[in-house]
Amino acid sequence: MTADLQATSAPPNGGLGDQEAPAVGRWLSWRLPFSPWHLVLVPLSFLLLVPLLWIVITSLETEGEANHFPPVLVPAHPRFANYADAWAAAPFGQFFLNSALVTLVVLLSNLIVCSLAGYAFARIRFLGRGALFVTLMATLMVPFQVTMIPVFLIVKWIGSNVWDGLGIDHIGALMLPNLATAFGIFFLRQFFLTIPVELEEAARVDGTSRIGVLFKIVLPLSLPALSTLAALTVLTSWNDFLWPLIVITSHDQMTIPLGLSYFQGAHRVRWPILMAANVMSLLPMLLVFVGAQRYFVQSVASTGLKG
Amino acid sequence: MSGNDVSARRPRVGGSDNLTGWALVSPAVVLIGVFGLLPVLMSLALSFQKSDLLSPETPWVGVENYRKLADDPVFAEAIKHTIVFTALFVPGTMLVGLLVAAAMNRSLRFISVYRTAAYVTMAVSTISEGIIFLWLTDRDYGLVNAALNAFGMPSQAFLASPSQALFVIVAMTIWGWTGFSVIVYLAALQGVPAELHEAAAIDGASAFTRFRTITVPMLGPANLFLVVWLTINALQLFDEVYVTTRGGPLRATTVIVYYLWDRAFVHFDAGYAAAMAYVLFVVIVVITALQFRLSRRYVHYS
Repeated sequence: MTADLQATSAPPNGGLGDQEAPAVGRWLSWRLPFSPWHLVLVPLSFLLLVPLLWIVITSLETEGEANHFPPVLVPAHPRFANYADAWAAAPFGQFFLNSALVTLVVLLSNLIVCSLAGYAFARIRFLGRGALFVTLMATLMVPFQVTMIPVFLIVKWIGSNVWDGLGIDHIGALMLPNLATAFGIFFLRQFFLTIPVELEEAARVDGTSRIGVLFKIVLPLSLPALSTLAALTVLTSWNDFLWPLIVITSHDQMTIPLGLSYFQGAHRVRWPILMAANVMSLLPMLLVFVGAQRYFVQSVASTGLKG
Repeated sequence: MSGNDVSARRPRVGGSDNLTGWALVSPAVVLIGVFGLLPVLMSLALSFQKSDLLSPETPWVGVENYRKLADDPVFAEAIKHTIVFTALFVPGTMLVGLLVAAAMNRSLRFISVYRTAAYVTMAVSTISEGIIFLWLTDRDYGLVNAALNAFGMPSQAFLASPSQALFVIVAMTIWGWTGFSVIVYLAALQGVPAELHEAAAIDGASAFTRFRTITVPMLGPANLFLVVWLTINALQLFDEVYVTTRGGPLRATTVIVYYLWDRAFVHFDAGYAAAMAYVLFVVIVVITALQFRLSRRYVHYS
């Protein structure tokens, strides 16, 4: 269902089609070489993008141009040095590296741990399965604010009793509480249940172990579901703010959103440099999003519409 | 894993196998147990204690935290701000999402470019979003004030104004959620069978009548999902407030979670914050249950 969202050629099978354009539009289309809907959609898209376009413009202005009213819409000489200045003013390289590392570990862990558990819940009958599943799923209802104070205390305890790399003010603390999610387990279990069991049975008869069946048969068939879960996990992890704000204070351990917020506090009214930092912070996720848009779209649609 | 040799003797896929089953779920059980379930209980205990997050002594104080909460004027204010925010943000996001999705639900050249323009707000972090809108709505140099002036209206203080700041946060949050709601509504709109529209058109129903009588009722499940999901997220508003106003000016944007964070991690009154978190928890569960209950009357699954 959601794959249609991408297809440029999908038939307009809901809402108002081209032929039902308003009367004025119908009159226009008679003499326009394109659909009158473009006259609605171009300004609409532009309006939605104005906030992003505006920070790109500001990031190329001098401070004199930015602190001018009415605003200078086109900088006289685009000042790319703002980006170098922002990069030099805070350890953005380190922020990116930290964000990438946290996201990568959280992503891999979620894919593996949720696959194992999701498969067990889908295919293996074991003592206490039903009760365990319901208990794990109950955590989906708990807002993060309820658990964050105890999680802070638990992470602090782990940091001082197990390994300080996982404790307060280390990026390990950003990974640890997010290594597995109940949603990931639920989502993959639902998908595994749709795979015909006969495929797995044939392999089992041939003597393949359960783990072998999971990795050689089930997971390769589940790539769409795994990609969707991956998109959701990457987006959530990359943009997470409240938890990093609570556990991280050292600059060299900050992720991008936290680093950007710290940078904003330090350079509050130097708009061009702040906007250059903002554009840099946005770029990686924006590129990933546009490149893998299909999976992000599916991840949204699958969060709730299946229910 | 130790379960392998046991399971190898019983080559049935849907078969029962305690050892393998528990071996496969154990990493998830440990992780979610320690960071998802245990904290729920610890938080409940904490809400009846006094804790500064540092000292090991956390004396029990009974319902003291909850009683203080009931008399706390700042908490009452925070609840009011959260309700105002939610009441504007949820319908606002749904309306914007539906209008944009309806406009984009057609096959045209470049339609995927238009859709990407709408979706892309989803990739923008709340912190980036906050900084963008701080700049857009800047009192002295902001683009929005320039636009107002161009239409002959005076400049506004926006985030610097106690009477406007919360509404600016509503607007920026709606923008940030546009991509999400457009995706949901586009998926729903594409699920409306074309035959229904054709049949109604043959019977002489106008485009507007068809939208009202066919499309809108078919959107029930999408509406329900958005109401529930957006409400849950609205009640947990924090990032945008932190990055733009820090709860000000004059506490005008202090919402529940901002106040909670402030109590726990600025003033180190963790027991009090835990009590607040539990109140929020109960409110979210009750509201979600109510929404599902009400929806049974109005939402039709085809």
